[in-house]
Amino acid sequence: MIQVLFFARFREELGVASEQLEIENLGCVGDLLDRLQQRGEAWGRLFAADQRVMMAVNQAVADRKTPLEEGDEVALFPPVTGG
Amino acid sequence: MNNIRVQSEPFDPNQEVDLLRDNDPSIGAVVTFIGLMRDINEGDKVSRLFLEHYPGMTERALQEIVAEANARWELQHCRVVHRVGDLRPTDPIVLVAVASLHRKEAFMACEFIIDYLKTKAPFWKKESTPDGERWVDARESDDKATQHWRAQ
Repeated sequence: MIQVLFFARFREELGVASEQLEIENLGCVGDLLDRLQQRGEAWGRLFAADQRVMMAVNQAVADRKTPLEEGDEVALFPPVTGG
Repeated sequence: MNNIRVQSEPFDPNQEVDLLRDNDPSIGAVVTFIGLMRDINEGDKVSRLFLEHYPGMTERALQEIVAEANARWELQHCRVVHRVGDLRPTDPIVLVAVASLHRKEAFMACEFIIDYLKTKAPFWKKESTPDGERWVDARESDDKATQHWRAQ
């Protein structure tokens, strides 16, 4: 299993803060984004190829090519706006 | 010495600078940036700001940014304090304070840290306007500021 976290606008629009997914067929973060995008509706819109999505694996900045392993914590969030 | 904090409690910028200096007689320069909550954004009145973050990753990201600044310049002390939760206009949101032997390093490092923080640290602002609440959009100018450092 992997834990997937959503923050800020993503969490609100998806209506979910986190979920657990089987890692099967999820080799990298890009695979996860494609899987979520296929759910359609808000998922399809937020994770469409032209959308800006920031990602982290185990609390370190990641990209679509970052590999996934059992037990990983993946976070997906919109561009940050602190400071 | 570095001190990095993410907190919901207000902080006093002057006190933070005193703590950074800590009567260290070797410090020659201190540069401070204080980010404040404005009561207007994109032409709309803003009465309240909520700051969300990703606990754990936020602290880690700030540690990495400060470590990178220390690798680029010779610094004596760095202090970064960032508020989360509910804020009101005039509240300090973030403080970056850097002490070094000479001014140049402190100026550069302070700007570097806030530029990186704005595009790398997982914080998100949600503001309350007369038309309701809205998430603040990331600015392209912030991305450009970060890219400018990458080229150096």
